[in-house]
Order: sequence, then C-alpha cells, then structure tokens
Amino acid sequence: MLHSEVLYLATPSAFGVLGQVPLDVAYQTHFITNNIAPVYLKPRDLRGVSQRSFDSKNMENNSLTAASGKIPFWRDVRVLGALFQVLFLLGVILLLAILYTNMLRGLDSLGLALNFNFLQDEAGFDISEGISYDPSDTYLKAFWVGVLNTLKVSIIGIVCATLIGLLFGIARLSSNWLIRTIAAAYVECFRNIPLLLQIIFWYTAVVAQLPNVRESISLFGGVFINNRGVYLPSPEPTSSLTIWLWFLSGGLLLAVILYIARWRQLQQLDRPGFRAKWALPAFLIVALCGWFLTPGRPFTLDLPALQGFNYQGGMRFSPEFSALLVGLSIYTSAFIAEIVRSGIQSVVKGQREAARAVGLKEGQTLRLVILPQAVPIIVPPLTSQYLNLAKNSSLAVAIAFPDLVSVGNTMLTQTGQAIPVIAMIMVSYLIMSLTTSAAMNWYNRWITRIGR
Amino acid sequence: MEEQGLTQEIKPPVSTKGPGRWLKENLFNTWYNTILTCLALVFLFFAFKGFLTWAFTEAEWGVIPANFRLFMVGSYPQEQIWRVWTAIYILSVLMGLSAGLWGGLILRFVVVLSGVWFISALLPFDFELSTRGWCLGAIAMIAVSFFLGRDRTSLRSWILGGWILSFPVIMVVLRGFGENGVLTSRWGGLLLTLILAISGIVVSFPLGVFLALCRQSKLPVIRWVSTTYIEMVRGVPLITILFMGNVLIPIFMPGFDINQVLRMMLCLIFFSAAYMAENVRGGLQGVPRGQHEAAQAVGLNYVQTTLFIVLPQALRSVIPAIVGQFIALFKDTSLVSVIGLIDLLGVARSILANPKWLGLQAEVYLFVAFIYFVFCYAMSYASQDIETDLGVGKH
Repeated sequence: MLHSEVLYLATPSAFGVLGQVPLDVAYQTHFITNNIAPVYLKPRDLRGVSQRSFDSKNMENNSLTAASGKIPFWRDVRVLGALFQVLFLLGVILLLAILYTNMLRGLDSLGLALNFNFLQDEAGFDISEGISYDPSDTYLKAFWVGVLNTLKVSIIGIVCATLIGLLFGIARLSSNWLIRTIAAAYVECFRNIPLLLQIIFWYTAVVAQLPNVRESISLFGGVFINNRGVYLPSPEPTSSLTIWLWFLSGGLLLAVILYIARWRQLQQLDRPGFRAKWALPAFLIVALCGWFLTPGRPFTLDLPALQGFNYQGGMRFSPEFSALLVGLSIYTSAFIAEIVRSGIQSVVKGQREAARAVGLKEGQTLRLVILPQAVPIIVPPLTSQYLNLAKNSSLAVAIAFPDLVSVGNTMLTQTGQAIPVIAMIMVSYLIMSLTTSAAMNWYNRWITRIGR
Repeated sequence: MEEQGLTQEIKPPVSTKGPGRWLKENLFNTWYNTILTCLALVFLFFAFKGFLTWAFTEAEWGVIPANFRLFMVGSYPQEQIWRVWTAIYILSVLMGLSAGLWGGLILRFVVVLSGVWFISALLPFDFELSTRGWCLGAIAMIAVSFFLGRDRTSLRSWILGGWILSFPVIMVVLRGFGENGVLTSRWGGLLLTLILAISGIVVSFPLGVFLALCRQSKLPVIRWVSTTYIEMVRGVPLITILFMGNVLIPIFMPGFDINQVLRMMLCLIFFSAAYMAENVRGGLQGVPRGQHEAAQAVGLNYVQTTLFIVLPQALRSVIPAIVGQFIALFKDTSLVSVIGLIDLLGVARSILANPKWLGLQAEVYLFVAFIYFVFCYAMSYASQDIETDLGVGKH
C-alpha cells in the first residue's frame, strides 16, 4: 500500500474507472483473475481492465464491484476527445466565417464580385518572353505563359544548381587544401547573402553593365553576351532527322539486348560489375555511325548573327532570365554542395577502407560502397532544395521577369481580383511542390531499394 | 649476422613538420593536385587583382558614409534616435550580465561587439560627436554590467526574465506612445530588418510549438487542421504570402488600421510559425516514448507531461535548427523591399533610385551584402558552437 498514492494518479481515465479504489488493489485483482504478467497500462488498457475483470462472473462478490459499471461520459476520454475536436472545428469554422463575411463586405465596398469570370477577358498587357502570346489574348493565357516561364527557369535552374553544387561539394572534400578552401569560401559566401540581393545584384550590377550589342562578348564563336541577353546557338532539326531517329531506335534496341545479356552474365558469375558496359558503347557507336551515314545532317546549328541592330537566330536568354538563373543556380548550389559533402562524409571511413581491403578499385569503391550509402542520405534534403529553388523563382517579380507571380501581380493590379489571382498562384505552387516531392519520394524509394 | 642486424643503424624518420612539408602534402601530393593548385592560383590572382583594382581605383565608396544613417535606421527621426540607443543599451546590459554570469560563447560575442562599437566610434566618417559618444557608452554599459554580473548565480533567473521581457519592452521603447512616438511606418534600414527577423522568430515560437503539438495530437481533426496549415504555408513562396497579406489583411479585417510594416510583420510571423512547427516536431519526435510513459506513471496529466517533461527535452534539441531558421528568416526579410518597405535592401534600392548616386549598384549592393553576410555568418558560427555545447547528436 506504500505506493498507492502514486499509482492512484496513474492516468486521467483511471479516475473515471476506479473512482475511490486504490489502483494497486485493481492491479492485484487484475493479475489474479487474468493470470497475466503486468504490462504497462495505457488509458485504454485500464478501461479494458474495468470491463473485463470487474464485470466478469468471478468478480461479482468482489468488494470492488461498487466501483464497476459504465464510465460517465464526461470522463470518457473518447467522448471528451470527440467533443474537443468538434469545438476546435467549430472555432476554426467560426474564424473562417468571420473572415469570409468580412471579405465579402470588403469586396462589396470595392465593387468586386468573387468569381473567375475575368479570366476570359482580354489581358491587354504585353509579356516580354515565353510562348507566343498577344496582348489581345485572355488573362488565362497570360497566366499560363507565366506558369511555363516559372517551370522553364526552375527546371534549368535545378539542373545547373545540381551540377555546380556537386562540383563544389566534391571540391570541399578534395585533398588539395587550396581547392578545399576556395570551395568552402564559395559556399559560405553565397549561402549567407539573401537570394533577392544576389538576383538584384546580378541583374543591375552585372547583366545591365555588360557591353552593348556592337561590342558583344563572344565565346567560342557561337555564344554572344551583351546587355540585351545571352545568345546561344540552337540545333534546328532538318528533314533527314527521321532517318537518324531510325538509327537511334535500332541502337536502343541493341543496347537493351546487350544490357540484359550482360546482366545475365554478371548474375551467373555472381560478381558485381557495370551492367551497361556493352550496351553504352554499342549505342554510342550506332548513333555516331548513323549521324555520318544519314544523307545531310539531322541537325544544323542555328548560329546567332548580328543583323541590323540585334542578333538574330539561335537561342536567346533575356537579361532578366539570365540574372534570375545565375542567382538561383549559385544560391542553391551552395546549399547542395553542403548536402553532398555531408552525405559523402556520413559514410563511415571504415567502409572505404574495408572496400579497399577486399580489393575493390577506386571507382568500384565509389560506385558500390560509398554512393549506395550516401545517396539515400543526400536525396531528401536535395528534394527540399529543389522545392526551395522552384519557390524562390518567384523572386523574379523583383527584376520583372514574367514568371507566374509577376504576371499574376500584373493581373491583380489590373483587375483588382486579388483573392482569385492569389488563390491561383498558390494552387500552382502547391501543385508543383506536391508533384516534385512525390517524384523525389518515388526516386528515393527506388534508390534505397537499389542500394540494398 | 644477428648481432650485425641488431646494431644496424636506423635512420631518423623524415621530418613531418615545416612549411615545405605542408605544401607538399596539401598542395602538390599528386600530379593532378599540382595542376589544380596552379590553376586555382592563376584564377585567384586574376580575381583578386581585378577586384582590388576596381575597389581601390574605380569604386566610389563615398555613397556609404553619406547614407550611413539611412542604412542603419532608415527614416527614423533624428530627434528620437535616443530610442534606438536605449534599446541597444538595454540589450547591452543584458548581454554584459549574461557574459559575466555564463561566460563562454556569449563572452566572446560581447568582446567582439565591444570591438565593433570601438571601431565605429573611431571611424573617420563625419559622424556627429554624439553618435561617437553613444558608441562608447555602449561599451561602458557592457563592461559595467559584465563586472556586476560576474559569477553572481543568484541573478540567474532575473537575467532570464530580463531577456524574455526585453522583446516587448524594446518594441515599446522604439515605438513610443501615440503621435509623440515614432510610427512603425518610419522604421527602416537595418533596424527594420532586425525587428522583422526577431519578431518573426520570437512571436512565431509559441505559435510554432502549439502547431507542432497539434500536429502530434491523437485527435484527428486537430491534426488535420494543423497539418493543412503547415503544409500549405510551406508549399508556397514567401513572396506570395507577403502579397496576399498586403492586399488581403485590409479586406479581411476592416476597421483595423494595420499599416504596411505591421502587415509584413504578421505575414512573416505566420510564415515562420509553419517552419518553426516543423522544427519543433522534429524535436518532439526525438523525445523517447519512455519519457511520456514515465510521466504518466508518476501521475502527470497531458498538460503537465508536455510542459515539464516533453517540451524541455524537445526544445533543447532543436535550438540549432531554430538558429538556422532565424538565419533563413533574417535573409528572407529582404523580400519586404519588393512590397515597398525600406528595410536594409529597400534602403539600398531607394538610394540607387536617387540620381545623385546613379550607377553605383556594385558599391551599394556589396556593402549591404557584407552586412547580411556578417550577421548570418556570425549566427551560423554561434549555432555550431551551441551544437557542441549542447552535445546534440552525442547523447
């Protein structure tokens, strides 16, 4: 009876069940009647005790029966929980309702109706880049242009940031002190300065200060950089592309066959190895032969050339796009470099040594021992960096790159339809976020399965 | 033969010290490292040469001292500047006391801070004499309170209480009362950036803890509501939230006169709360299940278990994550300049819009970037220190 006071207070629900009965008595009866080992008791288990042991026949004469019976509903955790949830939900609904009525009143005083009809109206404003669009198109079309621009800068940005980040992440692990230090300085410098500042800096202090068209900076004879943008050569498909595509499909078929054959062989030998060892060169050889055997060339390079006051042909990245892309890629790459570094460092040193000890080569160690363990650690934070990059592309609004937010912002100021427009922007980002994280989760599952 | 073997002379090991040895091991150990080192040296030479030539011959740094006040406090009225200094002095006293009591990281911080004040007081710009006086006064405040608080453990809870009270007190000091005070719309510069970031973290903290507890709740409705909020806020960019707040808060709450600074502050708080909730949730999940059970066994109810057992352990382990979030938020406050507030970045943009300072983007933005960098780097350095102090990941 010494500990009765302590046990008496065991759980809130025990109050309801046992009323005035010291809990250790309840314990004893429980063990006697059910002949089971004492396990820890959660509230729900105790309720079970009361119903099973107290209401059972052999307990009828027990002195404890006075305390048995149904729990009053105001002490039942389940009832209380449900009640609390209903009240909570009511509170949330009430809050939303107040906001909603306020909003309706506010909109009324502004003379606006809450619907999406305005999307079919003529937009009337120009968008400097993106898919073909005319000011006489609808608001919906304008918004779509913005969505595609966001996707374009996000996807190219993710590729660039990953490559740069990988490079600097590996450089931070270099045995060369100078390389290691430069990489560390790069990471610390770019991740500690706000992205918005970086983008504005690239835009106003770098891209805008580039020479004019006449004095363009020319790289490799095909790339021209001036204050109107970056001009790159672009591949233009010709009529003989179809012939080359036939070669490519043939090569692909051959590659698949060789891949499976090599896989089988490796399985029979029961050895680790590079499965695409035959398939990859075979495909490349067929593709190259096809390239030269095809009459004419499948692609011609469309080189940008100075015509009149500007460069024509090729691909053009506008100054806004270039500044945004550079800013996003560099900022995100600093974070990715840290992720790559910590991911590789998290693989215990002994693993590398053990791999060397059993005779794996440097490349095999990396591919079979280090990467399978590092990649699952790297992927989840990498995903959130990709999502961050996509969300950060909204900073385009500061330098007037027509992305989703800045087109939306123009729509908002023109129509005054703040709520629908902001809802559309948010839903677009939510869709992007959810798809990206779903894709990366799928990849993560796949890569962790491969690793085993 | 054997005797000969025994007396064989053993050469001393090759020296492992000396700069030559270090160079060979760290820069020229393999042929490709030698090539990389040379390339890096060439790159560094041209980068530094280019930058230094620009910085010392072409750059016009005069724009910085000429607008120094704007950078620091924006359009905060000159005759009320004592409010800012009072706030700084309150913090100085608290920091001095804490440094005296705890030493360690905060002591190092205070020493560096005093150094910064000292240098500021001696800067060769045409500051007013009173500003130099205020700077030296801050050092005196720190020094006096340091010796007052030295090893006086009885002051411990007072100092902690002081820190908790300091935030509302400082806000009141900076704002003053009514028309005689300084309207929030006149806050600006680094001051505004710091206020936004600190209020974003401090106010969002209880909110975030609440949301995290809700998300961990066994009651599904509460869990769903909290999860929806957190995921929605985390799924959209901050700038859309700022736009939304700017446009919608006046519509949603007619009758309240909420100016733009307060609106942005609210947005940052609600934004930050969602991220805070995720950080705290990480900490909550790290508390072993046995702790809950033990608390239940000694008869604590849910509120007691949470307040006295779970949260103290959970919050201790998320301090580094919260510092990380503070750094992110500090950088993110720059977004309010897009909405039109004149925070540190906003000041830079408004100065560059002045025809007098046209074409000085590089100078102004580099200076602002330097300020951001110093703050963020100091905080991440401190965060690593706290991590080692707390022994996170070692227990």
